[in-house]
Amino acid sequence: MATVDLKDVKKVYAGGVEAVKGVSIAIPDKALCVLVGPSGCGKSTLLRMIAGLEAISSGTCSIDGRKVNEIGPTERDIAMVFQNYALYPHMKVYDNMAYGLRNRGTPKDEIDRRVKEVAETLELSHLLDRRPRELSGGQRQRVAMGRAIVRSPKVFLFDEPLSNLDAKLRGQMRVEIKNLQRSLGVTSVYVTHDQLEAMTLADMLVVMNAGLVEQIGAPLDVYEKPASTFVASFIGAPPMNLLPLIGDGTSFADGSATGLATPAKAVTIGFRPEDADVAANGEVPAGSVTLPATVQAVEPVGAESFLHCAAAGGSIVVRVAGRATAQPGDNLRVVATAESLHWFDQAGKRI
Amino acid sequence: MADRKAPASGHDKLMIGQSATGIYIAHAVLILGILVVAFPIYYTFVASTHTLQTILRPPLPLLPGGKFFANYTEALFGGVGRIGGVGVGTLLFNTTVMALGIAIGKIAISILSAYAIVFFRFPLRMTFFWLIFITLMLPVEVRILPTYKVMVDFGLIDTYAGLILPLIASATATLLFRQFFMTIPGELVEAARVDGAGPWRFFFDILLPLSRTNIAALFVILFIYGWTQYLWPLLVTNRNDMNTIVIALKKMVSFADADTQWHLVMVTAMFAIVPPILVVVLMQRWFVRGLVESEK
Repeated sequence: MATVDLKDVKKVYAGGVEAVKGVSIAIPDKALCVLVGPSGCGKSTLLRMIAGLEAISSGTCSIDGRKVNEIGPTERDIAMVFQNYALYPHMKVYDNMAYGLRNRGTPKDEIDRRVKEVAETLELSHLLDRRPRELSGGQRQRVAMGRAIVRSPKVFLFDEPLSNLDAKLRGQMRVEIKNLQRSLGVTSVYVTHDQLEAMTLADMLVVMNAGLVEQIGAPLDVYEKPASTFVASFIGAPPMNLLPLIGDGTSFADGSATGLATPAKAVTIGFRPEDADVAANGEVPAGSVTLPATVQAVEPVGAESFLHCAAAGGSIVVRVAGRATAQPGDNLRVVATAESLHWFDQAGKRI
Repeated sequence: MADRKAPASGHDKLMIGQSATGIYIAHAVLILGILVVAFPIYYTFVASTHTLQTILRPPLPLLPGGKFFANYTEALFGGVGRIGGVGVGTLLFNTTVMALGIAIGKIAISILSAYAIVFFRFPLRMTFFWLIFITLMLPVEVRILPTYKVMVDFGLIDTYAGLILPLIASATATLLFRQFFMTIPGELVEAARVDGAGPWRFFFDILLPLSRTNIAALFVILFIYGWTQYLWPLLVTNRNDMNTIVIALKKMVSFADADTQWHLVMVTAMFAIVPPILVVVLMQRWFVRGLVESEK
């Protein structure tokens, strides 16, 4: 039961480098908040400031309404899962999980009960006597989670916990983390650079870039209404097609007219690969954008295929269901309907 | 491959390109090496089991004589006349105290200073590091006179503290621990902090257990270093009952007035050799692991 409140949090390193340039996020109780962004965007620094592992240069961080700027990580009542798990190599799984409780002076039988209970939930019961080096990557990951859960802290902090696992295990663990977080109802902050992980896990998605928050919202809201070209190109795979406009937004970069009612100040038009379609020469709904395109590459994924095309002086990706019949070199007509179009101004902001 | 020579019988784990002749030569060299190293020790043992008369009348037999118990009992409990009636037992005790004191003291001091230098940020941290580093260039012999003066002023002549203290700081061991501590991932330190471990808890619960192979390897090296100290114990001890075994051995041989009691010298030499050998043999496994393996 805890909220996490960041107010204008900044991190300036000794050399004058500003890693986080004023971030305000209010995370409600029991929510899973995912910080996502490219490497170097300050998301990990922000997490470490919440943990108390990095000092906050200015602004405030409150957990459960209490300002924690000056409080060490131990007293903040948080638990953290690290990227490389950071298990104590010389301790058995049991002791790894019990260590934090012992340091807090929890009675022995209470520790035993809680460790066994958590081990049961995470299916670690048969591994309690092993040492970390005798475990597989996935098992280590579970132990790291168990170490966090067993303390029943106010807040969980995850620092790219799945990035060392193979793709299949990552998908599996993603679901498990989500379910666990739901059932435990502990407020969590999760850092990742993987937009798929971010989309599937988050109750609240925070997209960061260059030390600033680009957008905060529910994952699907962020997906459907990206606040900037950065968010548009970061969330979604493959990313949104963005085409520059010239001449007050009346024509594409290659000079061809858009034939659209472009909003004022729009300099970029965007549409998602999955919203575009390859149309025959027939009629298209009013307001749609129609682009003559040349196929450059075809990526069959199985259930769908991606056509990489050159169009309107740029390059775009179009998703088609099933197997693509198009071949590289084919000329097509790509259509995206009016409601699927996104417009961005000079500063990259959504219109 | 069909034309490859079949391995010599019984040696199915030959290294690539190794022939049976090569193996014989390798073994011959190894056996020769063992003989060269072990024979003097064996001969010392043989001499320690004969009477003085037998030793003084060459040639010395190659097989042990019948005076084992007599000689060893005399040396241990009778008090060896040459060094003021002090028994080898006392010498062994003195040397053990000194060697253990030096080894344990060096490890304790260097692990703590390395801990401070690696894991804490304090003013002049690098200055202190370099100060420690520079002492590597000052061997005991260079600073032996001022050190002696200090010991005299403190009244530490003929005490265990006087034997141990001046040799207890070690830049080498500090550097060794520093290098090891720097390989410990930052995440582990942070995990411990989140888990509520303060500096002492972290040191005792995590750092010390992780360093145990390094400590063991260092202990072996430092114990032998302490055991074989000669110059400093010679200076700082005057009383016969504070002598270390190495000093006593030298005193026994150079006594000019009478015949050297070679049989007792040999017994004392055996006693001087055995403890370091025991330490190496008993800690061999740890010693090798500490030198070659870094904990994953």
